Amino acid sequence: MKKSSLFGLLALVIRRDLLLAMRRRADVLTTLIFFVMVVSLFPLGVGPEMDMLRKMASGVVWVAALLASMLSLPRMFSADYADGTLEQMLLAPQSLSVLVLGKIVAHWMLSGLPLALIAPVLGLQFDMSAPALWTLVLALLLGTPVLSMIGAVGAALTLGLRGGGVLVSLLVLPLCIPVLIFGAGAVEAVTSGMSVVSNLSFLGAFMLFALVFTPFVAAQALRISME
Amino acid sequence: MAINWFKYSAPSTFYGLAGKLIPFFAWPAAALFAFGLYIGFFVAPTDATQSEAYRIIFLHVPASILSMFIYLIMAGYAALGLIFNTRLSSMMAQALAPTGALFAFISLWTGALWGKPMWGAWWVWDARLTSELILLFLYLGFIALQASIEDPRRADRASALLAIVGSVNVPIIYFSVKWWNTLHQGSTIKFSGTSMHVAMQEAMFAVLVACWLYAIAVSLARVRSIILEREANTQWVNELKEVRS
Amino acid sequence: MNWSEFFAMNGYAFYVWGSYGVALLVFAIEIALVRNRRKQTLRTLRLMRDEMGESA
Repeated sequence: MKKSSLFGLLALVIRRDLLLAMRRRADVLTTLIFFVMVVSLFPLGVGPEMDMLRKMASGVVWVAALLASMLSLPRMFSADYADGTLEQMLLAPQSLSVLVLGKIVAHWMLSGLPLALIAPVLGLQFDMSAPALWTLVLALLLGTPVLSMIGAVGAALTLGLRGGGVLVSLLVLPLCIPVLIFGAGAVEAVTSGMSVVSNLSFLGAFMLFALVFTPFVAAQALRISME
Repeated sequence: MAINWFKYSAPSTFYGLAGKLIPFFAWPAAALFAFGLYIGFFVAPTDATQSEAYRIIFLHVPASILSMFIYLIMAGYAALGLIFNTRLSSMMAQALAPTGALFAFISLWTGALWGKPMWGAWWVWDARLTSELILLFLYLGFIALQASIEDPRRADRASALLAIVGSVNVPIIYFSVKWWNTLHQGSTIKFSGTSMHVAMQEAMFAVLVACWLYAIAVSLARVRSIILEREANTQWVNELKEVRS
Repeated sequence: MNWSEFFAMNGYAFYVWGSYGVALLVFAIEIALVRNRRKQTLRTLRLMRDEMGESA
């Protein structure tokens, strides 16, 4: 019997979720395609004037990232809930918070991380400068984990309910607004010459704060939903 | 007189108490509201910069304050219900939510109607107004979650968790929005800044207390219905005078 | 006290009375909804009670 350390358990959960997701690659891809589509919709809605688009760019990419993350949230727990694995997780002697953290990390690797990596391509559509693009990627890398973490709480609370993704979004989006503000703000700071570091610091602080509290809160939410 | 507080934590006993208390909150609320508006409209002078339009603040500010206050009280009751497993606490949270949401709405509406003549637009992304809008979203999320869950115990506990998470987030959200507002040189809806005439302060305070009393009265009335609905299968409910007649 | 001047609110009548009017409307609607909820609940309870009485 292998000694199950904290990281060992995490790695196990993450690997399992990634493996399961790889068997349904479509889910990951549809989130990405949604992201790209939403970003592309904005110029169609507001006109192709480059100056305006450049100003809107960071906000548009961030809002699209938020929405795309929301879309994939129900998937965090629904599959395991449906086949009974989640129930086993609740009964397991291992810390539920750690298991949840593992699921969050896996979710982020399948939604937030790809979004952050593909964002520069979209940023070019809005004629963002190179420094702005770098900042965008960095900000998304810092911010999307928070979206996954807060989203986990929402997904856990709405487990098995009708209304699915929309209800989760309704609950979670207001809570994600600080991430949006500082995330988009970081990119704007580059173009307006103000302090990028302060915005990124806030994002970092949010991430740490969420990291400490959300696995536990999400685990409690799971218990509430499952008893 | 030693009050056995725990006696009233049972829905059956609280139902009666709430019913008796409502008039003691409702009538003073109405009277104080009238009094506050009287002071606000007939005693307080016309403002130098904002003319008569400023009189909206007698409603806007109390509504804003109350919407935030009610959210915290609601979260507090919900947390009590979660921690101590008391049904009545959760019922009170459920009863407070619509009232709080409506005050948030009034705050937004009066804010818009104050903003239009003063700052030229129906909606200015002022930090406080924007935070108020987000607060309304938080209320709506709470109500929506409760409505979506059939099992009352799960609904109580899930919405309690949501309310607690929301409460922790409210200062973070407010701070973020303020940052965002100053960053983008947004406008700030403010009144005079310099000292407010005593009558204006009196009027605002009177309306604030009036709204608070009103909120208590309406929530007590609503919780009575909630108690009846959720305790429908109990003997004490079926033996109530109003159900028998 | 010049009433027409009072109602005009120095040109801001729409905004001031629009605010207070809607607020009072909201209060009135809320009170009506709460009372209606109570009426509906009592009606449902009476129906349930009657049904139980019949089957007893």
